[in-house]
Amino acid sequence: MEAAMDLMRRISPKESETALSALLSLLPHHSADLLSQVDLPLQVCMDDELMKEFILCEYNRDADSYRSPWSNKYFPPLEDGTLPSGQLRKLEIEANEVFAVYCDQYYEGGVTSVYIWDDENQGFVACFLIKKDGSRTGQGRRGYLQEGSWEAIHVVEVAAEEGGTTRYCLTSTVMLSLTTENKSSGTFSLSGSIRRQMSLDLSIADGHLCNMGKMIEEMEGKLRNSLDQVYFGKTREMVCNLRPPPEGIQLRLPEN
Amino acid sequence: MADGGDEPEGPEELSNEQKTEIAKWFLTNAPDGEIQYVAKDVRTIIGNDEIYEMAATEAFPVYNKAHFVALQMPDGSGDVLITTYGELDKNTYLDPRTAQVATVDHVKQVCTKLRPANDEELPSPYIEEFRSSLDAELSKYVAETYPKGTCAIYCTKGKDTEGPGADFELVVVICAAKHSPQNFCNGSWHSIWTIEFKDDLQFVEVKGQIQVGAHYFEEGNVQLDAKNECKDSTILQSPEDCAISITNIIRHHEAEHMASLEVSSSILSRFYFIQLVQGIVLSVNFLVMQASYVNLPDTTFKDLRRKLPVTRTLFPWHNTLQFSLTRDITKELGIGK
Repeated sequence: MEAAMDLMRRISPKESETALSALLSLLPHHSADLLSQVDLPLQVCMDDELMKEFILCEYNRDADSYRSPWSNKYFPPLEDGTLPSGQLRKLEIEANEVFAVYCDQYYEGGVTSVYIWDDENQGFVACFLIKKDGSRTGQGRRGYLQEGSWEAIHVVEVAAEEGGTTRYCLTSTVMLSLTTENKSSGTFSLSGSIRRQMSLDLSIADGHLCNMGKMIEEMEGKLRNSLDQVYFGKTREMVCNLRPPPEGIQLRLPEN
Repeated sequence: MADGGDEPEGPEELSNEQKTEIAKWFLTNAPDGEIQYVAKDVRTIIGNDEIYEMAATEAFPVYNKAHFVALQMPDGSGDVLITTYGELDKNTYLDPRTAQVATVDHVKQVCTKLRPANDEELPSPYIEEFRSSLDAELSKYVAETYPKGTCAIYCTKGKDTEGPGADFELVVVICAAKHSPQNFCNGSWHSIWTIEFKDDLQFVEVKGQIQVGAHYFEEGNVQLDAKNECKDSTILQSPEDCAISITNIIRHHEAEHMASLEVSSSILSRFYFIQLVQGIVLSVNFLVMQASYVNLPDTTFKDLRRKLPVTRTLFPWHNTLQFSLTRDITKELGIGK
């Protein structure tokens, strides 16, 4: 399993689907672990009832069908598919509405879905998903990207309430890929995925959605910064190491 | 099949051929400088040394040639590059500079034996003059430009041409790699320049392919892949003069590609852009020139996710009721999406 995870961080993120299916066939007894630890590009499906797209993941799957957070129905139709309990479904509806607005404001487009379900310890788990196509032909308003996608998966484990506060444990993954292309500079492509965790004990006075939302917003900001500055900065620095700028100037490049 | 014993008896047990294919896929797709790490993982996962070794024997040569792996020659006369241009057979490669033939162990990535090349393996004296002049000129450029660079020049067409009157072709391979696994990053620069000497037109055509890759994998996996192609030409002159003009062409185009890379990456990061402008005076002209193409450097990233919402304030999680209300109203008025 360790070797498999090491491979996943070496093989190009663009090949992650091929790599995962290869690992699954080699290590069938680890399939549950692999599926939960490796994140793949998100797929989208149409909710035929409300003509609205939703995102597929392990958390809204039952057999070969996926539940839409909009109509609460399975596609393709599934009789007796599992549904969240009444109270959670209420929270899920609200979360979906609010999260869609949140994404409109940050992403200026994209598809979102939120799924909420009970866990074994009287708490619940919520999964917030975003898929944005920022390419020129997709929803990139400025049109600089030949190809560009941002996909985020936020899973929040919410423990049972204890004396007015609750522990929230957030695991976030962002997968990103982008390509710019022009005649003079050729094609330039960057792809990557990063994952981070954070936990907080918060008062439930503000409500679960408010607490979870703030955590996600903070985390997304951090992840965006990391990708933007640390990761892309690092790869850039690497290139400068390979072919340093002409002498004299080189001295002024930041060390490490 | 005994597979180390811990494989479950699943209905879809893979055949050995399938396992070999998968192992080969992982090995040949390893990023620059990482095949030995990938090999270790693959060996563990496959759990069968025979299958692993079969895959490694096939995959390593492919990988070594694709990544222009440089191997130290045992006599200390420098590195021999593993390339298709210098390949005599599966395990022997020509080093044109020292006129030696190196026998290599692909899987261990070492050079095991050396012998002087024989006449059939080397170009004619006429061609060799062009080749070695260019080699001397280009080596100076590579040494001053790439801290860990290697270059080799091969004759790929018309190597037996004895004198003026026929076309021939040289291929220049420049590669530089920097591997620092302890810092979780690796990078490589490869450029291939095909130089066609056209005798009837007294003309030299230069075509280049540049590929730059970088991999950063601390708590994540981010890979950069930039490719570019270009074309240029010069007139056919004496070997020495050709060497100088071809090296100038290569120097010019590689510098240009580097500058455009800096623009591309700075599009992604305004922070870095500022560092660049402060740090790299020489590229500034370029940046300014190209920056007009790209407008604000930050905008590319913005097409994916903004730093702040369109409202320019953090999202009002405290007061989300308003959204449900507006949604209800829009729905009722029938102006929703």
